[in-house]
Amino acid sequence: MSTDPQFEADHPASCPLSIHDMTVAYHRKPVIWDIDYNAPPGKLIAVIGPNGAGKSTLMRAALGLTPKISGRVHFYGQPYAKQRGRVSYVPQRGSVDWDFPVNALDVVAMGLYRQIGWCRPVRRRHRKEAFDALQRVGMADFAQRQISQLSGGQQQRVFLARALVQNADFYLMDEPFAGVDAATERAIVELLRGLRAEGKTALVVHHDLQTVTEYFDEVVLLNMRLVATGPTEKVFTSENLRKTYGGKLPLLDQVGHRMTMGQVDP
Amino acid sequence: MIYEIAEHLSGWTSLDTWIVITAALAAMACALPGNLLLLRRQSMMGDALSHVALPGIVLAFLLSHWLQAGGWMSRQMHEAILHPIFFAGAMALGVLSAVLTEWVQKLGRVESSASLGAVFTTLFALGLLLMRAFADNVDIDPDCVLYGTIETVVVNTWPGTNIPRAAVINGAALLGNLALIVLFYKELKISAFDPALATTLGVNATVMHYALMAVTSVTLVAAFESVGSILVIAMLVTPAATAHLLTDRLSSMLGISLVVAAASALLGHAMAITLPPVFFSRIGFPADVGASTAGMMGVAVGMLLVGAAFLSPRYGVLSRSARRFRLRLRIVADDILGLLYRLNERGSAEQPRTFLQIFRGAMGVGRLQTFMAFRWLCWRGDVAIQSGYCSLTPAGESAARRLVRSHRLWEAYVEKHFGVPQSQLHHSAERAEHYLSPRLQEELAGELESPQLDPHGRPIPKPDNPPPADGA
Repeated sequence: MSTDPQFEADHPASCPLSIHDMTVAYHRKPVIWDIDYNAPPGKLIAVIGPNGAGKSTLMRAALGLTPKISGRVHFYGQPYAKQRGRVSYVPQRGSVDWDFPVNALDVVAMGLYRQIGWCRPVRRRHRKEAFDALQRVGMADFAQRQISQLSGGQQQRVFLARALVQNADFYLMDEPFAGVDAATERAIVELLRGLRAEGKTALVVHHDLQTVTEYFDEVVLLNMRLVATGPTEKVFTSENLRKTYGGKLPLLDQVGHRMTMGQVDP
Repeated sequence: MIYEIAEHLSGWTSLDTWIVITAALAAMACALPGNLLLLRRQSMMGDALSHVALPGIVLAFLLSHWLQAGGWMSRQMHEAILHPIFFAGAMALGVLSAVLTEWVQKLGRVESSASLGAVFTTLFALGLLLMRAFADNVDIDPDCVLYGTIETVVVNTWPGTNIPRAAVINGAALLGNLALIVLFYKELKISAFDPALATTLGVNATVMHYALMAVTSVTLVAAFESVGSILVIAMLVTPAATAHLLTDRLSSMLGISLVVAAASALLGHAMAITLPPVFFSRIGFPADVGASTAGMMGVAVGMLLVGAAFLSPRYGVLSRSARRFRLRLRIVADDILGLLYRLNERGSAEQPRTFLQIFRGAMGVGRLQTFMAFRWLCWRGDVAIQSGYCSLTPAGESAARRLVRSHRLWEAYVEKHFGVPQSQLHHSAERAEHYLSPRLQEELAGELESPQLDPHGRPIPKPDNPPPADGA
């Protein structure tokens, strides 16, 4: 299949994520329509849109976690099933049961399960690897803590450490900044920049419009359909934001956006 | 009464031992998948599967019967495969019910428990109907299914041995489940904790779900015959729930649930032989009424769960109230120290400070607590009593100074940053003073540029003042 020149042109092996004509519906009601998108490699990309715009659905459908009605998705030029090792997904913090009887280290080690393989135990070197990842997110002191005893920010860092041990090239993160403290937010940003410096790519669902220009190179503006995609400085404009949020953009965000972009009326 | 219980227990025979062993094996076999059901928040699935096993068994029986009647199978073969085919039938219906449940949930747009309830009652009713319709062909006794026949377990032994057949079957189920859990520990854990991650890592969470349903169904059928469906439901979830209260690690949870299951089998049977003659006869029941062992095991495992709820180290009612009580005592003790310090400060060193006055000073607190806190301070050597009057020892003095420093720093901080009127500062500081660590105190002091006086104009004590030199 990969010998087909037309296919090569559409799905270059360097492109972390290419989505072609993807539509997803829930109870026959479309959630996202006709998505066509190629993610540029080596960038930090924000997915932005109002509630219910289908940001999480976009990620879940791309990974095959939510069934698609139509569309093709490729990671580095191949279907996801062949590229699992190069792609890592960080779900929303609320998606799991934090009362589960595991500690932080166990959760991080889960990121290695694919690497360890079926029916084989987690060995000491895997635990060491997981511990190193916890150290990278500043959570080494909490390795033995049961996960419900961690704060929201700490839980998010555990999730990030779990993504780090997967040692992927492309990271999909669903709202990693939601409900975290300032220290964790800084830690996540540092981490993302570290990943970018290693030539990796991250697609991040993001809510805080104030920090988009500071944190991200590229944006994907989504409201059921793609509104605009491209480099932040070109695409992240008031005009596009109005199109994305319709009348729903809160006043405070509008003001904040004008402030961060330095927009003043003539 | 203890003598009486011992007397009844001394009649223990190998029959009782086999009953306990069989029941323990059945309970342990059920407890293993029960842990996973509980953690996946699918406890009710066990209830459903135990009902759905009935139509599975009946359908399997009818199928094999027809095959034999039609001449496709010899009588010997029919006899031989009867039991395996029961398991297969229950397993098939178990998976079918899981599929149907999801289907009804999507199609009917109802929540999962509602669709579960609809599916398993319908299938159970179908099983009953089939049983009635073909009553001549099916020799299944509904009473047996509900209560089990553990008391007569030794009658039916495995060919060639004197081990009860039920013990062999349940033992095999336990070993099989243990092997599966050890082998697929990682995969079961991750698909229970985070199905999305499991799927992205290539562990198909949906397949794991159906596999768990199939394994649970087989275990249930194995246990049915000996302990009955009511107990099976209890043993599926209750040992796991008990273990969840006692530990924070999945591996220990699995181990503890096995111990709880085995213990409740032993305890249940012991209760079944002793309670009726010792207690029931005293309240007017005839002494010879036996209590069902299976029923008592259900009671026993429930008791163990309640015990764990009280005694669990982190979530237990007792340990939580003990922690609360310690905290309150600590706060009252702090308040007494503060009171003595302030009395000293007002230059009323000569004023008599009897225990009663301290009592009145610690307002709004129970007298017992004040008394206990006071005794604790004396025992720790922070307060000394001389001829009925209390005074701070040097150690108590420095503890009191830390507390008062904490109080006044907080007042200064709140006044500076929140503009709270002076009259209300005290109230908030009364609460906060107990929680400010020395490091926090220093941060507050640094932020306020080491103030000398609090908003009321009283001096803020220094932290590391050398204790008042006795010789000077």
